[in-house]
Amino acid sequence: MIDGMLGRKLGMTQIFDETGVVHPVTVVETGPCVVTQVKTPDKDGYSAVQLGFGLDKRLNQPERGHRQASGFMSRTLREVRTDDVAEFTVGQVLKADVFADGEEVDVSGTSKGKGFQGGVKRHGFAGGPKTHGQSDRLRAPGSIGSSATPGRVFKGLRMAGHMGSERVTVQNLRILRVDVERNLLLIEGSVPGPNKGLVMVRRAVKAKKR
Amino acid sequence: MVAQLIRSIEAEQFKAEVPTFGPGDTVRVHARVVEGTRERVQVFEGVVIRRRDGGINENFTVRRIASHGIGVERTFLLHSPRIDRIEVPRRGRVRRARLYYLRGLTGRAARIKERRT
Repeated sequence: MIDGMLGRKLGMTQIFDETGVVHPVTVVETGPCVVTQVKTPDKDGYSAVQLGFGLDKRLNQPERGHRQASGFMSRTLREVRTDDVAEFTVGQVLKADVFADGEEVDVSGTSKGKGFQGGVKRHGFAGGPKTHGQSDRLRAPGSIGSSATPGRVFKGLRMAGHMGSERVTVQNLRILRVDVERNLLLIEGSVPGPNKGLVMVRRAVKAKKR
Repeated sequence: MVAQLIRSIEAEQFKAEVPTFGPGDTVRVHARVVEGTRERVQVFEGVVIRRRDGGINENFTVRRIASHGIGVERTFLLHSPRIDRIEVPRRGRVRRARLYYLRGLTGRAARIKERRT
């Protein structure tokens, strides 16, 4: 059994459970993923499965050559570590049914880009007072260090800068429903990235024992 | 295409039959209430003061004057399985989609004329 799948975030909606409680869900299209390469300890020094997702018409010759054996011109390739590589062969197609209802997963994606943002939004700074004779202090970051000792600003100090567009993982999200026919997962809660963004859905590393 | 897919997921959960009603109408909502392990049906009757679209999230608010003239408003999800049945005993004639002005009115002023069809 593979521990991860590539997918595309389609958007959010909500569903009712049997008791009538509403759950917010993210719809993720997972797969079909095709096995493009099987890595073995003998040959590669570790064992993993490389998966391809989506289709791309504009690949160059080396990229096409690598995907030739799998039978699909996949757009994206990602590796998933697995101990048992024997059950995978190049060209094998994996669908959403590798996951089950109620299972917990970690979902990784590239978060929405926020551009250049100040300290208040980027790091949750409190900002300054609005009134009592203040000017220009409302969203100011405050002091960024001492004076002549050390005479410089420490590296890594939280300041304004680029925010978002980074890899974010949300752990322990529950799969409420698996739609094998349409290759969809309904995952409770939100998932990083914009709609139509690439996401990686993996079996939860810290899944609660039931 | 993606939007269609999400709409189709929502559509699977829509109620097969929902009576037509809108703001100004008086409705009787039979809502399932879970108390501990028991489940019973509670009826909430009042005037619909708004109806909001939103696919599976479509909802409406019912305003009712409880004892001592206290106004009580309750919002229901139209497609919720907790709503057993909706009856529409009376249609009202109103000229607005959102009847928030009813909150400021009491007694005879808060009445809504019946619409005959």
